[in-house]
Amino acid sequence: MRTRTKAVMAAGCSLLVLTGCGAADMTKQTSPFANAQGARTVTLSVQSWVGAQANVAVAQYLLEHELGYRVDTVQVDEVPAWDALSQGRVDAILEDWGHPEQEQRYVADKKTIARGGGLGVTGHIGWFVPTYFAKAHPDVTNWKNLNKYADQLRTPESGGKGQLLDGSPSYVTNDKALVQNLDLDYQVVFAGSEAAQITQIRQFAKERKPFLTYWYAPQWLFRKVPMTEVKLPPYKEGCDADPEKVACAYPHTPLQKYLNAKFARSGGRAAAFLKNFEWTTEDQNQVSLLIADQKMTPEEAAKKWVDGHESVWRKWLS
Amino acid sequence: MATVSAALPRTGIPGFLKHRATAKLALLAVAAAVLVPLANARWASGTWPDALTVDLSEPLGRASDWIIDNRDGHPLFLYFFGHISNAVVLSVRAVYLVLLAAGWAGVTAVSAAVAWRVAGVRLALGTAVAFLACGLLGMWIPTMQTLALMVIAVAASVVVGAVLGLAAGLSDRTHRALRPVLDTMQVLPAFAYLLPVVLVFGIGVPAAVLATVVYAAPPMARLTALGLRDADRGVMEAVASLGATGPQRLLTARIPLARKELLLGVNQTIMMALSMAVIASVIGAGGLGDRVYQALASVDVGAALAAGIPIVLLAVVLDRVTGAAAALDDSRGGATRWALALLAAVAVALAGRFTGRLEWPEPWAVNIAEPVNRAVDWMTAHLYSGVPYIGGTADWAGHFTTWVLDPLRDGLQWLPWWSVLLIVAALAWLIGTWRTALTAVLAMAAIGVLGLWNPSLDTLSQVLAAVAVTLVLGFATGVAAARSARVERLLRPVLDVFQTMPQFVYLIPVVALFGVGRAPAVAAAVVYALPAVVRITTQGLRSVDPAALESARSLGAGSGQQLRQVQLPLARPALLLAVNQGVVLVLAVVIIGGLVGGGALGYDVVFGLAQGDLATGLVAGAAIVCLGLMLDRVTQPTQRRAKEGA
Repeated sequence: MRTRTKAVMAAGCSLLVLTGCGAADMTKQTSPFANAQGARTVTLSVQSWVGAQANVAVAQYLLEHELGYRVDTVQVDEVPAWDALSQGRVDAILEDWGHPEQEQRYVADKKTIARGGGLGVTGHIGWFVPTYFAKAHPDVTNWKNLNKYADQLRTPESGGKGQLLDGSPSYVTNDKALVQNLDLDYQVVFAGSEAAQITQIRQFAKERKPFLTYWYAPQWLFRKVPMTEVKLPPYKEGCDADPEKVACAYPHTPLQKYLNAKFARSGGRAAAFLKNFEWTTEDQNQVSLLIADQKMTPEEAAKKWVDGHESVWRKWLS
Repeated sequence: MATVSAALPRTGIPGFLKHRATAKLALLAVAAAVLVPLANARWASGTWPDALTVDLSEPLGRASDWIIDNRDGHPLFLYFFGHISNAVVLSVRAVYLVLLAAGWAGVTAVSAAVAWRVAGVRLALGTAVAFLACGLLGMWIPTMQTLALMVIAVAASVVVGAVLGLAAGLSDRTHRALRPVLDTMQVLPAFAYLLPVVLVFGIGVPAAVLATVVYAAPPMARLTALGLRDADRGVMEAVASLGATGPQRLLTARIPLARKELLLGVNQTIMMALSMAVIASVIGAGGLGDRVYQALASVDVGAALAAGIPIVLLAVVLDRVTGAAAALDDSRGGATRWALALLAAVAVALAGRFTGRLEWPEPWAVNIAEPVNRAVDWMTAHLYSGVPYIGGTADWAGHFTTWVLDPLRDGLQWLPWWSVLLIVAALAWLIGTWRTALTAVLAMAAIGVLGLWNPSLDTLSQVLAAVAVTLVLGFATGVAAARSARVERLLRPVLDVFQTMPQFVYLIPVVALFGVGRAPAVAAAVVYALPAVVRITTQGLRSVDPAALESARSLGAGSGQQLRQVQLPLARPALLLAVNQGVVLVLAVVIIGGLVGGGALGYDVVFGLAQGDLATGLVAGAAIVCLGLMLDRVTQPTQRRAKEGA
């Protein structure tokens, strides 16, 4: 009995010694892979779409080759990325499509995240049909005529209705409500990931088959599969306030950067560089296309762009 | 809730009826005749009645908000979870730094030296080649990150598992309490484990490590308990008569006797941890899994494969080396050789260090992504549609969805809810005991209560279709392999690779071939579950008593007759096990199929993770758990249950 008590006590003590007796705030712990071997490290969040990979690839290339940082990237979905950013597990998000709820919570209330300025790219979400289909049937580009084409857009997955292809569950979407409120004879089919959606679109395009998809610009796929937007009822300020009753198009969003608040204050040249990082839709598309279509690694693609655009990125380093 | 268990007789069954299927069915029919009209009168509807559901999303949503708001202030987080998280981060970091400091030459040399001493020259060479291949593929750093995470996760799993196993091995009561829990954890899809840890720890390495530990510890616990309980009575008697005290008996006799099971447990734990480490990239594990996940985002099968191959190599090497360690009779001999091996390894490491070659030299990397992508492009370009006579893969997928998946789903959803419960009860009871039947029915009812009846039946229809395809293909291949040694030899490496390949890698080629939807999810599940089914079938058929076959042959049975009338009936337990394994594996991948348009429960979990909407994800996760439990009980043969039901 005696030995057992002793053993328990010893275990308890060693646990205390191991963990230290104070408080441990896990919201301030960084990734174990960061700053290895004394290098100064910046951790960037990469979202799953290629445009975001392009931002990160170029930022990473410049941070590593011009400023001497080591860069880690972590793939996180949009909303969890906010959480990780506030905890300091990533230092920056370079492309955010608008998350008012998170912005209120972390930027305004908790002050753990700081705004990093605009990315210079304007994002737009919408419904698209392939241009070859729109040319053959010009009236398909207005939502009022969509029901006429429901038959042609049927697939095995959409049951008896037309298919509206949606992508990753992490993206901002009102499509289910839109279909319902606009009284459309369509079924929203979620591809589950952007990769799956792109693969499907390209297969359709190869066969010159008609399709209707949720898509967004800027996106490199437009170069490969030209698509035309379907006009939805125009967007007005606040018309998407109630997610159940949305019956209007998606807004045009200037994409934003966000930095971890502590990193923004004490991140030195890296933080200043990320705040200055600002380029155009054209630039981003160029890099995205190199990555996704030419299958270059993000690093090669970034190098290629950086080599040709010194005048653009020089400004970011000051 | 009253009707949940209503479709089942709750009283004990007369003993003489126990083993008669008809009697069971008759009893069930009587119970149903009484209870169904009652239930139907009250809640007449095809799907699960609304009156019997509980909406958990609001309290769960509030809990999630509370956690996010209090994570940096509440004592529970500061003094408990914070320390756990901290310990994980520190230890993973320590291992990672050591691995980096050893450099690629050092890590390779040390692993090869250990493999040499434990498993011989051939495996040592294999290990070295595997590590060098990881470097050649340009994956050295991610491989080390995964390895660091694995080391910590496996160590923690082994400790947790061993402690639980020790408790269960020494105390009958703990054993009885733990057994069902461990059994259940074994059948759950890995995806279901991710959400609860994310809820508490947020995205990142600590959450990934903890999810891995939860997933990988059960086999260690099971095997430890098994080893301790099976200790030779005679030896124990002898040790006790020598006057050894309790702890002495444990340390000097029971644990050494259980050595084989313990090492087998470690082996199992490593394999489970590796497969989880990849899936955990969804919650920020980093390393190789993250590379696979990122490659998928740009539909880059080649890059996904480049990260997938190191995982397969690691898995094969770790499996063989730990397997060899378990088979080793005496590991203490040859201390000088051990010293020699380690000395050589350290010398190589230092040489690497002083020549400044710590990081894998970049020009040595080989790019396999491009040729692989070209092959995949060719495949999709030529097979997708319009192949003469047989139609393209897209057409098959379309037909499969329209003629198999849709009717199956609609049929299941059309069935009145109580009849689904009745079918589940009947199946589970026919194959198991009234206890398994009760568990299965309760699990199914819980899904209804959670309000996910229709999506769950959707998932179930995909599982059933995939299992049917898997079994047809698996049994056919298994029979072929059992009858011809050459076929088996050819199949073996293929099965090895397919079994260890992370499920993620399958997803994109299936989309390219079958389009988006439920068909590719089913296809991926079939590919993943097939190796296990083939393997178990082959082994089952092979182990049929040769004497029985001989006598059948001497009676003039043709080879087809032998197969139908002797081998298959005698291998029935193995075939049932194959069904059970097939179902469990298929479910795991059908859930991941949410990433390629599988919809239903898998999509809900992906949605929950992606949107940070943990309420949706957790409820779907719970439904997956129930579905897995139900499927396992419905396909689990009695014998196993009976043996375990201590």
